Amino acid sequence: MTVFGDTWDYLTTGSNWSGSGGMLELLLQQLLLSVTALAIAVVIGLPVALWLGHLGRGGFLAINISNIGRAVPTFALLALLVTFDFPGRAEFGPYGRAGLATLIALALFALPPIITNSYVAVREVPPEVKESARGMGMTGPQQFFRVELPRALPLIASGVRLALVQVWATATIAALVAGPGLGRVITDGFFRTNYGKGIAGALVVAAVALLLELVAAMAQRAATPPGLGSPERGDDEMSGDAR
Amino acid sequence: MTLPAATSLTTAVEPSCYSRLTNEWVCAQYFVDRKSDLVEATTEHVLITVAAVAFGLLIAFPLALLARRYPRLEATILGVSTGLYTIPSLALFPLLVPFTGLSPTTVVIGLGLYALTILVRSILEGLRSVPEEVRESATGLGYGAGRLLLRIELPLALPVIMAGLRVATVSTVALTTVGSLVAYGGLGNLIKDGVNTNFRAELLAAAVLCVVLAVVLDVLIVLLQRVLTPWTRGVTT
Repeated sequence: MTVFGDTWDYLTTGSNWSGSGGMLELLLQQLLLSVTALAIAVVIGLPVALWLGHLGRGGFLAINISNIGRAVPTFALLALLVTFDFPGRAEFGPYGRAGLATLIALALFALPPIITNSYVAVREVPPEVKESARGMGMTGPQQFFRVELPRALPLIASGVRLALVQVWATATIAALVAGPGLGRVITDGFFRTNYGKGIAGALVVAAVALLLELVAAMAQRAATPPGLGSPERGDDEMSGDAR
Repeated sequence: MTLPAATSLTTAVEPSCYSRLTNEWVCAQYFVDRKSDLVEATTEHVLITVAAVAFGLLIAFPLALLARRYPRLEATILGVSTGLYTIPSLALFPLLVPFTGLSPTTVVIGLGLYALTILVRSILEGLRSVPEEVRESATGLGYGAGRLLLRIELPLALPVIMAGLRVATVSTVALTTVGSLVAYGGLGNLIKDGVNTNFRAELLAAAVLCVVLAVVLDVLIVLLQRVLTPWTRGVTT
């Protein structure tokens, strides 16, 4: 099929990668967006979820925030944010067109996996372990930092990993609302019937997605304290995030 | 040409809330005027969602049975499906286009593959949650593998499977909107149009309808679950 030839041609033409608006720039833009959004979500969501988990409060919200996040289409939220007067479609520094709207949407969609997993992670620390810590005379913060947190780390890491995949996927979709990132190569290609270009963009997006997942998996394994093994139950792996 | 649009031809009392002059977010007039658009988009959306989930279920079921039977296959099946799940939808649809063209099939198969990932795990987990003693008693009573699966294991696995089905369906409803890339996105088509033409009423209506649809389907599945598992109905604490 000639479309594969077109795709190959597009991928191997250096000018498509370099320069302003080239694939390399868009790729870096999307990576920057993803990392920033993930960092924001972690900074906001992680402490709140861990604290709620430690106290055992707010469980209903923490669990159901994932259900809500799943039901809201990422495309719809991006479209709404871009059409509001603020943040709108303004360029946002290195984040490109509609950068702020995309960043907000990405951070919002990264929150549910982080919050739910972190909350569940702390709740799932066995009560006997918590009792022993209390019995040994540890104060609340000591119990948390020395006992609960290390045991919760694998599931927290899995939540962050899920959030990363979710963020990368949402960042790609941002192109549908004339946003930043590699998705633009796909939408440009498809809306101008240059299918070789569209599929080339799709290949790059997919390849980077798999790479990120691999890196995140290795990071998760590194974050697992030896002797704990990987989280099986309640991994929330397939939490059905809108990707 | 200086007359406001509202007073020209129509007999409407108040000016329409979407025009060159106004662009309201909430607009009842929009629903009246564009009812056919909305109905058509919603129908397409529902059909794509149902087809995708059905497709996913149809493939997930034998895959789960295979994975249960051959542990080495399980790792492969779960690994490949996780890999597929990692690929963003906006990228997956273009990758399918050379094979399925610019048709609803592309969207249905793409979404079906995502649903498959969730469902394979749910079915596997559900079947594994059946207590071993129950299986043993049934085998002792003379149940063959087929009857065992159909009359004992599946009914007991239903709660877990249904939970997975709910997750799969709700996320499929949301993801169908991305199908607007190939012009088959159901309500996503309206969202795309609303963004491109800055038509606020259309955008908000389509977005809200999406969420409503997801909730409705979720409730329907819960009701289905209650119908299929009558033994859980009497349990009240």
